[in-house]
Amino acid sequence: MAGLLDKRRSKREDAETPTSSMADIAFLLLIFFLVTTTINVDTGIGMTLPPQLEQEEPPPVQERNLLRVLVNARGEVLLDDNMSSVNQIREEVRTHVLNYGENPDYSDSPSDAVISLKTDAQTPYRIYIDVLDEIQMAYREIYNNIARSGNLPSGESVLDETYENYEAYRESLGPEDDDLVRESLPRNISIAEPDSGN
Amino acid sequence: MASERFQKRSSDTSPGITTASLPDIIFMLLIFFMVTTVLRETEIQVRTELPDAEALTKIDQKRLISNVYIGPVIRGPREGETAVQIDDALIEEYSAIRTIMYNQLQEEPRLIVSLRIDRESEMQVVNEVQQELREAGTLRINYSSNPAVNQ
Repeated sequence: MAGLLDKRRSKREDAETPTSSMADIAFLLLIFFLVTTTINVDTGIGMTLPPQLEQEEPPPVQERNLLRVLVNARGEVLLDDNMSSVNQIREEVRTHVLNYGENPDYSDSPSDAVISLKTDAQTPYRIYIDVLDEIQMAYREIYNNIARSGNLPSGESVLDETYENYEAYRESLGPEDDDLVRESLPRNISIAEPDSGN
Repeated sequence: MASERFQKRSSDTSPGITTASLPDIIFMLLIFFMVTTVLRETEIQVRTELPDAEALTKIDQKRLISNVYIGPVIRGPREGETAVQIDDALIEEYSAIRTIMYNQLQEEPRLIVSLRIDRESEMQVVNEVQQELREAGTLRINYSSNPAVNQ
């Protein structure tokens, strides 16, 4: 009985724990963590603040080139003195920017067009972002169209190639390259300074 | 016949692939991910429930970002009060933002200020902070928001 046990033991001695599968297990764990970990990329709406002015007067903008977007504390939108709503902004911005001097109420040319966004002190940030997002989306749609066709809305050609969308065009640019789409149709969004009065 | 052949072959082959270098490879990968992952080192003292937006851009260069948090204080004596947090500290006076941001801009001229603002904050605070940022000269900002679930 004891001899049998001894025999068995001695037989097992040369059999080590297989370590080759350890690597597989570690790989499996690594892959699991790779898949589950989302590297936190900061996403948001990029803006550039106007520089602090030395003199009081900002450059004058012709009335027809200016699209005033006013948002009050209850989220009601005033577009150039007309009552409106958030979902109308995108269309309105597009008509304003791409007017090319046709309608005297809208802009002379896309590069002259300015969108001015102004809020109440009590406006919730959420609504401000909603409105800003609509304005940005209006521009993004215009840019997407340019990237897809290679031409400006006026018919002028800007890009030698066409792209799936504006994002794809941006990715094709090197760090030194200029964004021709953005240059030919600049995005003028003015985040108006708050009134000191109210 | 077939089994004989099989046996013969198995005895011929070498015992296995050397797995000795595999742990090294895995360690290398592990170290790579440890180095590239940026852990959040600041403790957030204000609640920042970000708004949703569609027109999002990504910021790839993490090193350029400086975070400013605005929202109601989570706990402590000032609970519920809207406050501004930069790095680890709550800002008492908004004019302090100017100095902090100016110093950060001197270190990194391409600085992007990521504004992580609670969705229910009032624009008054946001405007005041923006005025301070203008004073500091940190003009590149980013309204941090979550991707909107599309309709």
